Amino acid sequence: MNAPFYKFGAFGDEASLVIAFVIGTGFGFFLERSGFGSARKLTAQFYLDDLAVFKVMFTAIVTAMLGVFYLSWLGIMDLALVDLVTTNLWPQLVGGLVLGFGFVVGGYCPGTSLVAAVTGRIDGMVFVLGVLAGIFAFGEAFPLVKGFYESGDFGRLTLPQALHLPYGLVVFLVVVMAVGAFMGSGWVERRFARPAAER
Amino acid sequence: MSTVPDAAAGAPARVAAPYMNPYLGGVGLGLVLLAAYVAMGRGLGASGAVTSFVSWVVSLVAPGHAAANGFFAEYLEGGLGHPLKTWLVFEVLGVLAGGFISGALANRLSRTVEKGPRISVAGRLGFAFAGGALMGIGAKLARGCTSGQALSGGAVLNAGSWAFMIMVFAGAYALAGLMRRQWR
Repeated sequence: MNAPFYKFGAFGDEASLVIAFVIGTGFGFFLERSGFGSARKLTAQFYLDDLAVFKVMFTAIVTAMLGVFYLSWLGIMDLALVDLVTTNLWPQLVGGLVLGFGFVVGGYCPGTSLVAAVTGRIDGMVFVLGVLAGIFAFGEAFPLVKGFYESGDFGRLTLPQALHLPYGLVVFLVVVMAVGAFMGSGWVERRFARPAAER
Repeated sequence: MSTVPDAAAGAPARVAAPYMNPYLGGVGLGLVLLAAYVAMGRGLGASGAVTSFVSWVVSLVAPGHAAANGFFAEYLEGGLGHPLKTWLVFEVLGVLAGGFISGALANRLSRTVEKGPRISVAGRLGFAFAGGALMGIGAKLARGCTSGQALSGGAVLNAGSWAFMIMVFAGAYALAGLMRRQWR
C-alpha cells in the first residue's frame, strides 16, 4: 500500500474527516498527558528549571521525522506528496517572534489553549478568546499587510534543499542535536532549580 | 507499588495523576503526527481551524464584507460545502475530545486559573487575552502556529518551519524576564 493513503485515493473527503477526528483525539490526549494543558508547565521551559515541554516537543519532532524518513527510504511513502507550507521567510521570522511573545505572555499556544479550556482552565478559555480576536484583527488588517505576508517567498523549501545537504544527513544532524539537547537539559534543570520553598 | 494513592489506577482519591514521562509523551505525540502524514500526507494544526471559525462568524455577521476580504474569503472557500467542514476543524474537535478524556482519566479536570502566586486572577486573565491575541496575529503572519509550523513542519524539515521555531524561542525567552511575576 502506498502512503500518504489519502493522496493515493485510498479513501475520500468524507472519510478523511473521521480520520481527522480520530487523529485529533490522539493529539489532544498526548498534549494533556504531557502537561500541555497547564500554562505553568508550558512556561516553565522559559525559566529553565523544568524542560519537560521542550523534551516532549523535540521527541515528537524526532519520532515523526524518523518515521517519515524511513517510510520514504523503504519506498512506502512518497515524500513529494506531503503537504508543505510555503517558506515565506520574513513574515515567518516576524510571526514566530510575535508568537513567542504571545506564548510567554499568555501561557499557551492555540492548540494547548484548547486542551486547557476543555479541562476547565479559565485562563485557557480567555486565551482562546484572545486568539479569536487576534485572528479577526489580522483578517481585518489583511489588505494592509498582504505585501509583507507574501514577501520572502521561497515556495516549497526543505532544510536539505536550503543547505544543499542530503535529506538523510539533515535527519541525522537533527537527531544528534536533539540527543545533545536532551543530555544537556538535565544539567540545565539542576543549574536553574528553584529552592524547594519557592515551588 | 507504594502507599501514595494512584489516581490513574482507579483509586478513589481525587488526586491529580503525575504527567507522563516527557520522552514517552513525545513518542506518543510523534506517532500521532506520523499517522497524520501516513494517512493524509499532512501534519497537525490548530490555528487553521480557529481561522475557519472566525471567517465563518464574520460571514454570518457581514457576508459582503467577508467575501470582499481576501483572507476571510480564502477560508470560507476552503470547506467541503461549508466553511466549517474542513479537515482541521474536525481534527480540533478531536483535540477537545482527547484532551478532555486524558484530563478526566488523570483527575485533572478542574475549574482553576493557571498562574503564579504573585499576580491577581484579573491580571492573569488580562495577560491571557493579550497573549492569545499576539498568538493569533503571529500564527497568521507565520502561516501556522506551534502545531502546524513548529511540530508538523519541523518533522518534515520544512525550512520556514525551522526559521519560525527559532524565532518562537527567541521571542519567548526575550520576554520571560519581564513576565516572571506572572508565573513565579
